[in-house]
Amino acid sequence: MFDSLSDRLEGIFNKLRSRGYLKEEDVDVALREIRLALLEADVNFRVVKDFVNRIKEKAIGQEILKSLTPGQQVVKIVHDELVHLLGDRNEKIQLAPNPPTIIMMVGLHGSGKTTTSAKLANLFKKQGRRPMLVAADLQRPAAIDQLETLGRQIDVPVYLKRETKDPVRVAEGAVKQAVLDARDIIILDTAGRLHVDDTLMEELSSIKSAINPQEILFVADAMTGQDAVNIAKTFNERIGITGIILTKMDGDARGGAALSIRSVTGRPIKFIGVGEKIEMIEPFYPDRVASRILGMGDVLTFIEKAQESVTLEEAEKLQKKIMEESFTLEDLRDQLKHIRSMGPIDNLLSMIPGLGKQIKNVQIDEREFIKIEAIINSMTPRERRNPQILNGSRKRRIAMGSGTTVTDVNKVLKQYKEMKRMLKMFKGKKGKGGKRFKGLPRFMPF
Amino acid sequence: MGLFDRLKKGLTKTRQNFVGRLDEVFKGRKIDDSTIDEFEEILITSDIGMDATMEIIDGLREEVGAGRIKDYEGVKRYLKQEMLRILGLPQPFVLYQERPFVVLTLGVNGVGKTTTIGKLASRLYSEGHSVILAASDTFRAAAIEQLEIWAERSGAQIVKHQSGSDPAAVAFDAVEAAKARGVDVVIVDTAGRLHTKMPLMEELKKIKRVINKAMPGAPHETLLVVDATTGQNALRQAKMFNDAIGVTGIALTKLDGTAKGGIVFAIKKELNIPVRLIGVGEGIDDLRDFIPGEFVDALLGNEGE
Repeated sequence: MFDSLSDRLEGIFNKLRSRGYLKEEDVDVALREIRLALLEADVNFRVVKDFVNRIKEKAIGQEILKSLTPGQQVVKIVHDELVHLLGDRNEKIQLAPNPPTIIMMVGLHGSGKTTTSAKLANLFKKQGRRPMLVAADLQRPAAIDQLETLGRQIDVPVYLKRETKDPVRVAEGAVKQAVLDARDIIILDTAGRLHVDDTLMEELSSIKSAINPQEILFVADAMTGQDAVNIAKTFNERIGITGIILTKMDGDARGGAALSIRSVTGRPIKFIGVGEKIEMIEPFYPDRVASRILGMGDVLTFIEKAQESVTLEEAEKLQKKIMEESFTLEDLRDQLKHIRSMGPIDNLLSMIPGLGKQIKNVQIDEREFIKIEAIINSMTPRERRNPQILNGSRKRRIAMGSGTTVTDVNKVLKQYKEMKRMLKMFKGKKGKGGKRFKGLPRFMPF
Repeated sequence: MGLFDRLKKGLTKTRQNFVGRLDEVFKGRKIDDSTIDEFEEILITSDIGMDATMEIIDGLREEVGAGRIKDYEGVKRYLKQEMLRILGLPQPFVLYQERPFVVLTLGVNGVGKTTTIGKLASRLYSEGHSVILAASDTFRAAAIEQLEIWAERSGAQIVKHQSGSDPAAVAFDAVEAAKARGVDVVIVDTAGRLHTKMPLMEELKKIKRVINKAMPGAPHETLLVVDATTGQNALRQAKMFNDAIGVTGIALTKLDGTAKGGIVFAIKKELNIPVRLIGVGEGIDDLRDFIPGEFVDALLGNEGE
C-alpha cells in the first residue's frame, strides 16, 4: 500500500542523501517533489499546502542546516509530520458505560460498509463480546441478504425487518431486541448515500437522534480522489462522525485519502480494511502507516503477526540465532512453516522494510514454500546445519528425495544465503537503545 | 426532462463547483502567474490528473505570453477547446452485428458493477433487445440475489449457479443459453477485485477464455466500471485491467454528486481507452452514452445562457 508515494519520496531522499550537506534550494526541490508526489497520491490540495508549509518551516531552520546528516533530518521531519497528520496514535472504539454500545456505519455507495460491519462484528466476537448486526440498508437490492449471509458466516445474529421501508424503525427495533438478547454491541449497517443527497442525509440524522450511537464510523474507500475532503467534511458536519475506517487498503498507489480525511475532519482513523476476507481488518497505527508511506516498511505489524503464530519463547530463540548468526536451514524451514500459517505471503513481505518496493510486482507462489520445505526435509541433519558440505552427489540425492531438480536445490541454498545476509543487516540495526527495527535506520547512510 | 437536461442536472454539483471557482479566480483580475497558479489548483483538485493539467497550463501560459488570450472569456474558450481536444470523438456503447453480443464487465470492489449492469440491461430491453444476465459474481454474499432483482426490474433473463461456484462456468452457460434461446445480448457480472491481486486477475482471464470458447470472437465488449470519486488510482486500475484482460471501454459511475469529473480526462489522456457510458444518477435511466461535447457543455455551462 502507498507504494507510489513511497517510491517517489524514496527517490527524492536518495537525491538528497547523495550529497553530504543540504542547501536551502535542495529543500525547495525536495518540497516541490513531495508536493507533487502527495498530489499524485490524491492527497487533497489544501492539505498538501499546509503540510509542505509546515515541513518547510521546520526544514529551513538552523537545526537542519547545521546538522551533519541533513537528508536524514528531512526524512525525520517528514515522517514526524506525517505521523502527526495521521493522528499520532491509534484510537480504539468507544464502548458505552452501559451496554449496548451502538455503532453506526455511514458512507458513500460502495465504500464497503456492509463488509466492514461484518468484519467489526467478527473482531468483537473474537474478543469475547456479543455483537449484533443490524440491516438498516433498505435501499440497495439484496443488501439485507448480504448482511444475513455474512452474519451466518461469522455466527453473529442479524436483526432485520424485511417488511419495513423505514430505517429509523429498524434501528429502534434493533436496540430493543439487543437489550432482550443481552447483546452488548450493536453494529448498524446503513445505506450508501451521496453526501449531496439532502433527503438521505436527513434520514441519517433521524436514525442518529432515535438511537443515540456511541460511535458513528465513516467508512471511506482508500482510493477516493480529491473529493474525499468534501465528502468527509459533509458527513462530519451533517451527522457528526466519531471515527473513520479506511477500506481497500490492500490495493496499490494511494493513501492520499487517509491524510485528507483525517486532517479535514480531525477525527481518528480507527481501522483499515486490508482484504476481502472477513478477518482482514487491522487497527490503524499512524506511525506505522507513515513509515509505510516513507518506504520504511511496517515491521511492527509484521512482528505482531509473527507473535500471533510464534510463541514468545520461539521468537526469543530465533532472535538469539539472528544475533549469533547461527541461523540454519532447519530454522529456515521452521520459519517458513510459521510464515505460511500467518496469512498471504505477499501481504507479509510488503511489511518488511526495503522489500516493499522490490516485490511490488512479484507474485509469490505459496507452493514454492512447500517445495523449499520438501527440499530441506530431504537433507540429513548434518547437511541442514552445514550446507557447505553439499556437493553434486548430495544435491542429486536431495533433488530425488524431494521430487525436485538440482537447480531447485541450488536456488534454495542461494535464497538461504541471501536470507542470512539480510538477517545480518537486521542485526546491525538493532543495537541502539532497544528501539529495534523502529525509527529511521534505513535512511541513515551518512 | 430532455436527455441533455438530465445530464446537466446530474452534473450540477460538478459545474457549480468548477465554474464557481473559475469565476472566483478570474473575474475582475488580470491573467498573470498567480491566477494561473490558482487555475492549476482547480484543475488538480478536479482529479484531471497531473499530465493533462500540466499540458493545459503550459499551453495557457504560451497563449497568454503570445498575447492571444487576454481575458477570462479567452481562458474559458481555451479550456473548452482543450477539453474537447483531449476527449476526442464520441465512442458510445453500441451493439455490433454479432448475436448474442457478449459484454463482460469488470472492476474493483464497490464501483457499481451490478447496478450499471441493471441499468444497461434495462436500456437494451427498452430498445427492444432480449438480454441475459450472467451471475458470475459468485463470491460476494448476496451478489446473485442483487442481480436477480435487477433482472426482474429490467425484464432480462438470468443465468445463475450457486454462490461459490465457478464464475467461468456461469458465463459459459449464459452464452450457451443465449445461443439456444436466440437472445441478443449477454451481460456478464463479475466479482469486484483489486487490480493488484494476480490470482483474481487470472480468474478473469479464464472467464474471458471460456466465453471465447462458447462463442469465438466474444466477449465483444469488455467494460471496465470505474467509480468517478476514485482519484488517480483509477488510472492504475484501468491500466492494470487493460494489461491483463484488454479493456475495450469504460463505464464511469457516480458522476453525480461528486464535485469531480476530471478523471474522464485523465483516463482518455493517459490510456486512450474510450469512456462509453456514464452514470449520472440513481434512476434506472441515468446511465448514458458519453458524448464529449455534451459533457464539456454540461461541465462548463453553455455559453450565452
